[in-house]
Amino acid sequence: MGLIRRHPALVPLLLLLPGLVWLVSFYLAPNIQMFASSFWSGTLESGFSFSFSNWTNYTDALSKYQQQYARSIEYGFAATLICFAIAFPLAYFIAFKAGRARSALLFLVVAPFFTSYLLRTIGWRTILGDDSIILGPLKAAGLVDPAARFLDTPFAVIAGIAYNFVPFMILPIYVSLEKIDRRLLEAAQDLYATSWGAFRRVTLPLAMPGIFAGSLLTFIPAIGDFINAELLGNPNTTMVGNVIQRQFLVDRDYPTAAALSFMLMVLILAGVALYGRLLGTDELTSKAI
Amino acid sequence: MSIIRKIAAVAASRFLTIYASLALLYLLLPILTVALFSFNDPIGRSNYSWSSFTIDNWLSLFRDPTLVSAVGISLRIALVSTIIATTIGTLMAMALVRYQFRFRKALDLFVFLPLATPEIVLGASLLTLFVTLRIPLGEITLILAHVMFNVSYVVVTMKARLAGFDMRLEEAAADLGATPWQTFWRVTFPLILPGIAASAVLAFGLSLDDFVITRFNAGQVQTFPVYIYLKVQKGIPPQVNAFATLFFVVTVSLVAIGALLQRRRANLKP
Repeated sequence: MGLIRRHPALVPLLLLLPGLVWLVSFYLAPNIQMFASSFWSGTLESGFSFSFSNWTNYTDALSKYQQQYARSIEYGFAATLICFAIAFPLAYFIAFKAGRARSALLFLVVAPFFTSYLLRTIGWRTILGDDSIILGPLKAAGLVDPAARFLDTPFAVIAGIAYNFVPFMILPIYVSLEKIDRRLLEAAQDLYATSWGAFRRVTLPLAMPGIFAGSLLTFIPAIGDFINAELLGNPNTTMVGNVIQRQFLVDRDYPTAAALSFMLMVLILAGVALYGRLLGTDELTSKAI
Repeated sequence: MSIIRKIAAVAASRFLTIYASLALLYLLLPILTVALFSFNDPIGRSNYSWSSFTIDNWLSLFRDPTLVSAVGISLRIALVSTIIATTIGTLMAMALVRYQFRFRKALDLFVFLPLATPEIVLGASLLTLFVTLRIPLGEITLILAHVMFNVSYVVVTMKARLAGFDMRLEEAAADLGATPWQTFWRVTFPLILPGIAASAVLAFGLSLDDFVITRFNAGQVQTFPVYIYLKVQKGIPPQVNAFATLFFVVTVSLVAIGALLQRRRANLKP
């Protein structure tokens, strides 16, 4: 206590210390170790050795798995677009039309996070099944080709990813819409803007930070995901996450897996940095929750 | 002209309501499916298609000892990692919100980075560290990992809560002769307690449900999500759905009670 009274500048340091030590030990150090591991050669049995000449791990990994990389980016983009299409109208409705039901509706948006991620994804196997409550009647009515399958297709994987991460899109968009000063919209109407005109030139620009944050927060987990591809897809829908997890946990090819995950990390950090440049990091961190 | 415009406006608003309802249904449909299939009496081993209603799964919740042990392990890890992460995360958030010091902005970004890193990278990088240092994988490594990702969530949530804190309350306490220690426990802590509780619920839920990072660092330990994953091929017993539904109901009730208590407290204020 006496030490703190003599050096008040120590207070923030002491408050930060435990968390900082934890994050440095179990976030920063592992990532440095992973970068080092990507320059390893050898196997788990014979032991690994480090050499910069092993940079070929990167080129090998890329040439071998460029298809999975491309697919991850493609699925990630598609899922992010779907999330936006679902999230924006819903966020708009909650922010402007829901009235007193607002907090209850927001709670429903995050409700999926309170049940098992795996079980919810498996739930889609039931919902999208060939004769399920949705496809069954549609097929019986002749609206859908009876031979059509949704499970085990790229469509199912993208839909699954979009479903799992859509709350990350809804929340930041909602926050930015909710913050809009209603008087701006009234002013636009007083100045004879049509409701579409007011939406396009007032609401939408002001919602942009939320849209950016939401897109990033959806895209990041989407391109790293492997659960949806594994549970809802087929062998031709594998993403880079599937490769990384197989290399690490089944084949034990740590160097290749480390190179693959390091590249994924760099790709995403580049996105975050670009975002930070455009809008500032405060915006991003405050929109995250 | 104005009539057409009015009709268009009404149509647009109707459309928005329907669209929003459908979007909510889409969000909730899988949860309802999970709950519904806890009452299914599946034919064969896979619990994907509906056959008949039963409450047997709920009565035989504890039948499979592996499942019971997996649930126990998950709850234990969630409890320990939540206590550690909430404590150190709250302290960190206080430093970041209330003090000006060099590198504060950089630190803000650093704390945010784990949230911007795909889970698979977090899990994989921790695994390479543990393998290199020859640390055996198990419950301890899982707690280390879960605290790591939860600290960032707690800091971000608490920062938002602390930003609206009225510092004059602490100044008033000090003016009335309270020591810093008394001020913290009698003024600051009770005021930030709802935020701490919200962060703890979030951290507990994230830990309980984490699969990706856990999968990489669990070794032979089976948590609830790992148990589910390993059962996907052989068929998931319906008791799993019952447990998941139970967790859902308990967390939702806790959150609802918390919200009600806070509302009552807000109403009591003059």
